Amino acid sequence: MKKKTKIICSIIAGLVIAAFIVYVGEEVPSSSMLRTVLQLGTIYALVAVSMNLLNGFTGLFSLGQAGFMAVGAYTYAVLTIPVAKKANVYYLYGITDSLANVELPLWVGLIAGGLLAALLAAVVGAPVLRLKSDYFAIATLGFSEIVRILVGSSPFNRITNGSLGLNSIPGNPSYYTPFIVAAICIAVIVLLLTSSYGRAFKAIREDEIAAEAMGIRLSTHKQMAFIISSFFTGISGALLAMYLGAITSTTFPIMLTYNILLIVVIGGMGSVTGSIMAAFLVTAAKEWWLRFLDQTMMIGDFQVPLLRTGFRMVVFSIILMLVVLFWRRGIMGQKEFSWDGLINFFKRIGNRFRGNASKKGGALNG
Amino acid sequence: MTTTAFLQYCLAGISIGGIYALIAIGYTMVYGILRLINFAHGDIFMMAAYFMIFAMVDFMIPWYISASIVIISTILLGLLIEKLAYSPLRSSPRMSIMISAIGVSFLLQNLATYLFSALPKQYPAIPVLNKTLTFGEVSTSVVTFITPIITIGALIILMAIIKKTKIGMAMRAVSKDFQTAKLMGIEINTVISVTFIIGCFLAALGSMLYFTPRPSVFPLAGSLPGLKCFVAAVFGGIGSIPGAVLGGFLIGLCETFIKAAGYSEFSDVFTFILLIAVLMFRPTGLFGETLAEKV
Repeated sequence: MKKKTKIICSIIAGLVIAAFIVYVGEEVPSSSMLRTVLQLGTIYALVAVSMNLLNGFTGLFSLGQAGFMAVGAYTYAVLTIPVAKKANVYYLYGITDSLANVELPLWVGLIAGGLLAALLAAVVGAPVLRLKSDYFAIATLGFSEIVRILVGSSPFNRITNGSLGLNSIPGNPSYYTPFIVAAICIAVIVLLLTSSYGRAFKAIREDEIAAEAMGIRLSTHKQMAFIISSFFTGISGALLAMYLGAITSTTFPIMLTYNILLIVVIGGMGSVTGSIMAAFLVTAAKEWWLRFLDQTMMIGDFQVPLLRTGFRMVVFSIILMLVVLFWRRGIMGQKEFSWDGLINFFKRIGNRFRGNASKKGGALNG
Repeated sequence: MTTTAFLQYCLAGISIGGIYALIAIGYTMVYGILRLINFAHGDIFMMAAYFMIFAMVDFMIPWYISASIVIISTILLGLLIEKLAYSPLRSSPRMSIMISAIGVSFLLQNLATYLFSALPKQYPAIPVLNKTLTFGEVSTSVVTFITPIITIGALIILMAIIKKTKIGMAMRAVSKDFQTAKLMGIEINTVISVTFIIGCFLAALGSMLYFTPRPSVFPLAGSLPGLKCFVAAVFGGIGSIPGAVLGGFLIGLCETFIKAAGYSEFSDVFTFILLIAVLMFRPTGLFGETLAEKV
């Protein structure tokens, strides 16, 4: 395929996706599952891409996503809940005086959420990043739990409303907000990854010692990847708060991190497009297509066995295990989406089909 | 704080610490041999509790038979997990095995929610363990009293196995150098299976002792104790069994006293801060050996 054709194809594909989003926004009723999946999928796509920046591209296996999302979500909520509604939200403990009259514009809250998460990452990162692979994972996991326990604990009652959580969080100003925010953020991450910094991250992933020998400063680059990833994780946390409208500390359990890890693994560690595709695929499957697994079903008088509340998640985790064990590359592996790749994929399928057909033919003739 | 209360807290702390120690041994042994944080270990511990409910409540089997059924089924579960989820990935990068372990943990939690519902279930009472003992002014239940004794007993037997028997020697060799041990004709798979058998046996034992004085079991009941026990293993020096036991006792005691001082919200925060502090200042833990990094 020529370069020109590729660009035209990409533009057409982009327009089709945009048109689809607009169509769903304008024509599909707001209660539809499709809207939920698109919005939630976008948020997960952003957090998966930022996790991939760390786990897939820099080779730092972090499990602290839920914690940073909680920081982003709480910062956004605390700063943007309308003053008029504050008395209602903090009816039990009251609110600290310094925050009582704060009501910032939504985009300021969004960015503040990201910045606070990044700041925290900078503070935690300095010591934690010295640790090797699995110790780093367990330390970030511990950090995520610390954050979750602290935001729900009594000393923060007057800021985070303790175990009651926050509600009346201002929602999306329009249906398009998550798409625009996520698109900008993912574009920034992609630009970063294609820059010399991105190449340095990949070098660190492949071999730390060799990378250091080539003149890449390990500590600076790791710190940078950690802070940037946390910034975008914080923003996606804020988007999630925006989407949900109410949060408590139990919205951000370790399970959330595992869910995001699932998306990254299915999409392929080290592929931005893979993560985005997997985010929509996983969200759609979990929230929509596999819903029927949770409901008992009758065919005539026969009750279909196994279907009952919770079966959906069992099927889901079995899929994860199958991917981990037998299909370790995920959808994209370390590659990105390309038109040549797509054409090759169809060619391969075609060949396999033709191969089978000729074998069958042979059997008939013989 | 009066002396009686102090002694009471000490006993409670040592007791919960003993349980943490039993589970931490499972983490530390698996890590020593496979270099894998077995994220599923806490969930195996939770499944053992459900097996007990299954045997005693649903099938009305007396407790001593139920206990052996629980131990055997927990060991089988552990071996199954090892064969299906860890052994196919033995030659792949460490990150894949860790993701697999997280996947197993995810699967066990969801499976428990599906099979036994997310609602807490009452743990059956084992009459012998629930009797009250009184020493002077300190009164306690039998289970609190015998837990540390069982832990110390298990530690002594385990150390004897590792120091004296042939399989113990093989385990030490494998944990020193996986590849060389293989070349020397050690059956790696047998060693790994034995490690999982011991780990799951102790987890089943720990689960009976842990849930007896507690009201209920729920599908996520294993994840937090599991993480704490991993912290205990790291604190003691991962790969070292006496270290794991010491770490377990220490975390149990600290946690109990923090709760006694009225900061029960922060007892878990303390554990994780301890983890990060240990990793920063002494990543090899108390008894861990320093390994030279090879290029």
